[in-house]
Amino acid sequence: MSTSEKTAAGVGPVEGGAVYTVDNPAPFIEAPRQRTRKTPKSTRGNFELAAWLFMRLSGVVLVVLVLGHLLIQLVLDGGVSKIGFAFVAGRWASPFWQVWDLLMLWLAMLHGANGLRTVINDYAERANTRLWLKGLLYTATVFTILLGTLVIFTFDPNIR
Amino acid sequence: MPAGTLYRGREGMWSWVAHRVTGVLIFFFLFVHVLDTALVRVSPEAYDTVVATYKTPIVALLEYGLVAAILFHALNGLRVIAVDFWIKGARYQKQMLWTVVALWVVLMLGAIYPVLGHAARELFGS
Ligand code: HEM
Ligand code: HEM
Repeated sequence: MSTSEKTAAGVGPVEGGAVYTVDNPAPFIEAPRQRTRKTPKSTRGNFELAAWLFMRLSGVVLVVLVLGHLLIQLVLDGGVSKIGFAFVAGRWASPFWQVWDLLMLWLAMLHGANGLRTVINDYAERANTRLWLKGLLYTATVFTILLGTLVIFTFDPNIR
Repeated sequence: MPAGTLYRGREGMWSWVAHRVTGVLIFFFLFVHVLDTALVRVSPEAYDTVVATYKTPIVALLEYGLVAAILFHALNGLRVIAVDFWIKGARYQKQMLWTVVALWVVLMLGAIYPVLGHAARELFGS
């Protein structure tokens, strides 16, 4: 058992419980986050709500995009064995698969980056550590999205 | 002890841990994956050389692991969405988790041959 005292009723003695009476009421404590005339109209935006919703909407779309991608790359037509420059050239000759890959790139990177932001917020406790980890995360994310987009748009099947 | 009020140490917590671990793993894979795909802008030879490593038996095993991570994250992600948006979602979260696990096992069994078959042929001859 723990060290906390318990009376027979299961409720410990309440310190100062009898101090306040009708003639001597307890001081009124305002509810936290009470709006007063001094508080600005909005103290925060709805960013976290938008991020929460984005995780769910992008998740639903990613189920189709990523599982479809895996099926094509790992299962159909001989699995990984068929992959090579010529295979990629064949796929990106079609605007449909270009758009598919572009959408998958942006959604998966933003979904994953936002997920990692949550993870960093959860585990990195020092303000400085959080700042550096998030800086690294955002840099890597922007770099990867730009590189992947560039590769899809500038792909050249006759590079050599 | 009231039923269904404990979160810590139970199914809900472990599925959350697995969802987090798989999500982070997939993100790191994707980072490397965009880099290797970018080699198509260098030369066909550079791309084909790197992709050749994707076809070795050891990497095939890693690919099977990646499929495992993505399938769990995707199925459990749909469960999380159902818990949030479906009125009865929270009440059936446990049943939905076991549905996720069952589907995952079936799909992983189905993925053995397509994903690992070529590695087995290379290792043991065909
Ligand atoms: C081991 C499994 C995988 C293989 C063999 C594979 C293979 C490929 C190949 C051959 C391409 C070139 C374009 C195409 O054919 O569509 C590609 C592009 C792409 N893959 Fe995968 N992929 C795998 C897993 C994944 C996963 C799990 C994701 C998402 C989380 C993903 C996201 C992408 C993206 C975003 C692109 C476009 C890259 C760019 O913009 O440069 N892939 N993949
Ligand atoms: C395949 C379809 C996917 C679905 C249905 C899905 C669904 C979800 C959902 C609903 C969440 C929010 C969980 C919560 O708020 O508790 C989430 C978190 C996350 N996802 Fe995904 N996701 C998918 C693909 C991906 C991909 C491709 C990546 C990596 C690039 C990824 C990385 C993450 C990460 C890192 C988190 C944060 C985990 C946490 O905070 O514990 N997900 N996912």
